[in-house]
Amino acid sequence: MVIYGVALLSICLLSGVFLGDLLGNILGINANVGGVGIAMLMLILLAEYLKKKDKLKAPTQEGLSFWSAMYIPIVIAMSAQQNVVAALDGGPLALTAGVAAVLISWAIVPILSKGGNANETLENEMTGGDQRVRNIR
Amino acid sequence: MLEILGNALTNNGLIVAFTVVGLTMLVSYFLSDKLTKGRIHGSAIAIALGLVLAYIGGVVTGGEKGLSDIGIFAGIGLMGGGMLRDFAIVATAFGANFSEIKKAGVNGVVSLFLGVILSFVIGVGIALAFGYTDAVSLTTIGAGTATYIVGPVTGTAIGASSEVITLSIAAGLVKSILTMIGTPFVAKYIGLNNPRTAMVYGGLMGTTSGVAGGLAATDPKLVPYGAVTATFYTGLGCLMAPSVLFLMTKAVFG
Repeated sequence: MVIYGVALLSICLLSGVFLGDLLGNILGINANVGGVGIAMLMLILLAEYLKKKDKLKAPTQEGLSFWSAMYIPIVIAMSAQQNVVAALDGGPLALTAGVAAVLISWAIVPILSKGGNANETLENEMTGGDQRVRNIR
Repeated sequence: MLEILGNALTNNGLIVAFTVVGLTMLVSYFLSDKLTKGRIHGSAIAIALGLVLAYIGGVVTGGEKGLSDIGIFAGIGLMGGGMLRDFAIVATAFGANFSEIKKAGVNGVVSLFLGVILSFVIGVGIALAFGYTDAVSLTTIGAGTATYIVGPVTGTAIGASSEVITLSIAAGLVKSILTMIGTPFVAKYIGLNNPRTAMVYGGLMGTTSGVAGGLAATDPKLVPYGAVTATFYTGLGCLMAPSVLFLMTKAVFG
């Protein structure tokens, strides 16, 4: 059943958010600490476990796949409700700080991620569904 | 007639949002194909268009929520809001490779701490250059440069002025938007084409919306790896900025 997949996803998110809030509370800050990250790890582990037991049937997986596929449209809706005006009105200080942080972080990425190999993991997962995803040449 | 249509749209906000986003993507993928021969990915164009719509919405209404402040587009706020965004991000983890996450775990954690501290220091430096000298303002702007959530949380905790808090939010927004737009363009140059680098990227950049949007436009397969670290960043920032980083700033600048 499709709803089983959606419910599994919901349970993971709710548990993750709860644990993230709890962690924030223990640490004494008014913020969620990694709730979504915890939920993602939960889902990966649960899905692997259920697959091993052959309990994750195709319709259940469709419930998960649908929301996974809705991710890009949701990101576009998210971009359409950003406070772009405030970002541009922040003046030179905000612009400089934001741009500098991004540029310097970009420069650091290759230094920290040595050992990542492009073809070792992504290539063998290319089963169909590759929607002409290409980087800028 | 118009009134009836307006009511129909207002009463079905989320459905309107599906329509608007669907059409935006249709146009974007068409442009991507025809104008750039697929060189610029359709979702990158769609995200840029979304930001343009958000700007128009912000100018028209004077609100803080972009397009979703316009009555008939309120559903955009639901579709692109935190709840469904997190739901979809978690869904992308379905199919991610756990052994890959374990392998890059250490790199991911290192990049998280480095990412928060690096952005913070840059923000403090720029604030200094613009003539701020008190530890509270410096810390708040530094925190905002981490993410636009860490900024106000920190500023409120240590008692910054609302003007400085607004600045810190703006700095974080700039970072988030630039990450969204710029990621597909720099991906090639920084080797952002594998899970391990994506995890480091998420930890260094830390803006969940920026990383999620940027990676989606680069290679959707990388999204879960970037998101899994990025989602810890704001929490870590909220933890460090008002405490350790504030005390250090105070020690240096008095």
